[in-house]
Amino acid sequence: MTDPPALAPVAVVAKGLSLTFGSGAEATRALEGVDLTILRGEFVSLIGPSGCGKTTLLRAIADLERPTGGTLLVNGMTAELARKQRAYGYVFQAPALYPWRNVERNVMLPLEIMGVPRAERRDLARRNLQLVGLTEVARRFPWQLSGGMQQRVSIARALSFSPSLLLMDEPFGALDEITRDGLNLHLHELWRSTGMTIVFVTHSIPEAVYLSTRIVVMSPQPGRIVDVIDCDLDPQRPLEIRDTAAFSAIGSRVRRALHSGASHD
Amino acid sequence: MTEAVRRTLPVIVVVVGLLVVWYAAAILGDLPQARDLATPGAAPTTLVRMALALERPLVPAPHQVAAALIAGLVQPLNSPRSLIYHAAVTASSAIVGFALAFVLGIALAIGIVNVRIFDRSIMPWIIASQTVPALAVAPMVVVVLGNAGLTGLVPKALIAAWLSFFPIVTSMVAGLRSPERIQLDLLRTYSAGGWDVFARLRWPASMAFLFPGMKIAASLAVVGAIVAELPTGAQAGLGARLLGASYYGQTLQLWAALAMASLLAVAAVAAADAARAVLVRARGGRL
Amino acid sequence: MRAAAAPIAFGLIVLALWQALCMAFHVPRILLPAPSAITAAFAQNIPMLWADFVQTVVRSMLPGFAIGSTAGFLVALLVDASPFLRRGVLPVASLTGALPIVGIAPIMVMWFGFDWQSKAAVAAVMTFFPMLISTVAGLEAAGAMERDLLRSYTATGQQTLEKLRLPAALPFVFNALKLNTTLALIGAIVAEFFGTPIVGMGFRISTEAARLDLDVVWAEVLVAAITGSVLFFGIARLERTVTFWRPAFQFSTEKDMH
Repeated sequence: MTDPPALAPVAVVAKGLSLTFGSGAEATRALEGVDLTILRGEFVSLIGPSGCGKTTLLRAIADLERPTGGTLLVNGMTAELARKQRAYGYVFQAPALYPWRNVERNVMLPLEIMGVPRAERRDLARRNLQLVGLTEVARRFPWQLSGGMQQRVSIARALSFSPSLLLMDEPFGALDEITRDGLNLHLHELWRSTGMTIVFVTHSIPEAVYLSTRIVVMSPQPGRIVDVIDCDLDPQRPLEIRDTAAFSAIGSRVRRALHSGASHD
Repeated sequence: MTEAVRRTLPVIVVVVGLLVVWYAAAILGDLPQARDLATPGAAPTTLVRMALALERPLVPAPHQVAAALIAGLVQPLNSPRSLIYHAAVTASSAIVGFALAFVLGIALAIGIVNVRIFDRSIMPWIIASQTVPALAVAPMVVVVLGNAGLTGLVPKALIAAWLSFFPIVTSMVAGLRSPERIQLDLLRTYSAGGWDVFARLRWPASMAFLFPGMKIAASLAVVGAIVAELPTGAQAGLGARLLGASYYGQTLQLWAALAMASLLAVAAVAAADAARAVLVRARGGRL
Repeated sequence: MRAAAAPIAFGLIVLALWQALCMAFHVPRILLPAPSAITAAFAQNIPMLWADFVQTVVRSMLPGFAIGSTAGFLVALLVDASPFLRRGVLPVASLTGALPIVGIAPIMVMWFGFDWQSKAAVAAVMTFFPMLISTVAGLEAAGAMERDLLRSYTATGQQTLEKLRLPAALPFVFNALKLNTTLALIGAIVAEFFGTPIVGMGFRISTEAARLDLDVVWAEVLVAAITGSVLFFGIARLERTVTFWRPAFQFSTEKDMH
């Protein structure tokens, strides 16, 4: 995979970001006064209880929601421009594969839209399917695959056009623990080999600690950042690292931050 | 038992059961006439046999209908008694009408989904149009167009089209609107334009709704073509044959014509279903 | 009410255009009568329209609708008792439902005479199949989890039927009822095309059309349309009250996504 062209060292900058849904008495303050800087190459997790705004923040970065206050820059430009320049890949909670396309054609979807020539499309699709270990099922249809495999396809799709930024919204939430473990390891290795910047929304403390370089703890009503915790574990992370003391310590810090956020209500 | 047996055995049993009931009804219904015609004191078995072989039975027996149907099928094609000829006439109106409804219906559905004003002002009327019994309007359409010099295929096709139009429009609109929020968001992250959203998401998604709707539309097109033949004393077509046979009290030919009309409807639905099967195969086994 | 503004406006515009075109181009009445002519024909012929309405709707359609729908419902309950029967009856019923059932009108005339009975019979047969198919599907609709719950209470088949499966089947039943209003009306009217005493909407439409009294035909069609709409919306209202718990009736209509 080619290196991305010279990009600013800062991938995402949010200052005083606010997002309110609705108005008047029914207004929901999904985000309020969020300040966050994400550097290139980081793996940042957003964690918090329901309604804390983590998904809203991710969607704002993706220009799927419009902020109502503050500023947000992605790759040094507005989120809308970044989206138009196809700066990021997005992985949803559900695989969102198109059932009338086989796996390979699903991965090629963004490439078709971007006008990539056919031979190159096929090549890129194959390579990315290989990255997620799904070469054998290229011709199958989504409903013939397990949930975990479908999610891997959706990751391959998100990577197919080599974005520098990957946004993931609880991608493994619907899967069982064993599948999830395997996918965590896989994602970690993917991140290390590509050097992408990843923003990852999750409910799970062990998952956040395992994957991230930094963990952003959020709390609801209004959605805000409670704490940002550096996760300075060994960059080489086999799954066994979850049993170490360092891991537990960070996990405890995250847990405390979550509880303190909750107790403010 | 195997899946195939499990599915077909009950149907066979029900069909056989219905045939038994039919025969019983035929015997019961035609016994009075048989008794009238028979010599007094005839044996019950003779009466039953006569009841099942009357020339103008009140309730024809299945084998009588089958015989009349076959007789109608083997007629020379230019004979007014040929059921194939009549079926072809009706079928041609139905096919043209269906094609018309198909093209217009899809175009209208695309308009409704893409143009807000269209949706708000026209869709309620399309739904309301269903409360106007289209078949009731048939005589008027036939007569008016006849006065404008358009007879034969055109008015019948128009009525067939009106009937099959609704299932096509509603299923197409439902299909075009079926994509989930998450699938639309996905395209938004690719900064996909309106054409891409339509061609790569809405159109393929709508096929799963359109093809089942086509089955209903196909059977309605046949019904429309038949009823359109009633008002003007048309000479050709299954509807005309039904009417003629009922005027002249030709019971068996009436039932045979009805059986032919049923076969035509079945063929129409089977054709629509075959189209669906082709699509399913192209999509790896599921719509 | 605001949602009705656009279609009403559209309808009024069409009516106005229609009237204007007819007047401007002197469109002959045998081709397309103006709305004013139709309204006049309507007002002038109320006794006749009423008599036709009574013959077709009150005497033929409604009894046919009631008999066919009830029969379909009851047979569905019977069929439901045996999975074997269900597997056999459902395909046969679906196939029969696709056939031009209207074509049995001449046979019904042969059996029941020219008057309303044969038309009611046609309406009954036409409404039987959709009700049968929908009710059978509806009785299947109750989820496996809900049924297991009742089994854990050792509920009898009858109790399960009453407390779970019938209520769960109601949306399907109402769907069929709504469809059947249209089918019964069409059946009653079209059956009259095949022969009827000298009264009835179908009779009037075909004879007046042949005489090119198109404004009377339109007036009858108008009556048919109003009848169909009133019945349809009446059942929809009843449905809303009876099955108030459905998600479709709880949330306001979803706005288009795009």
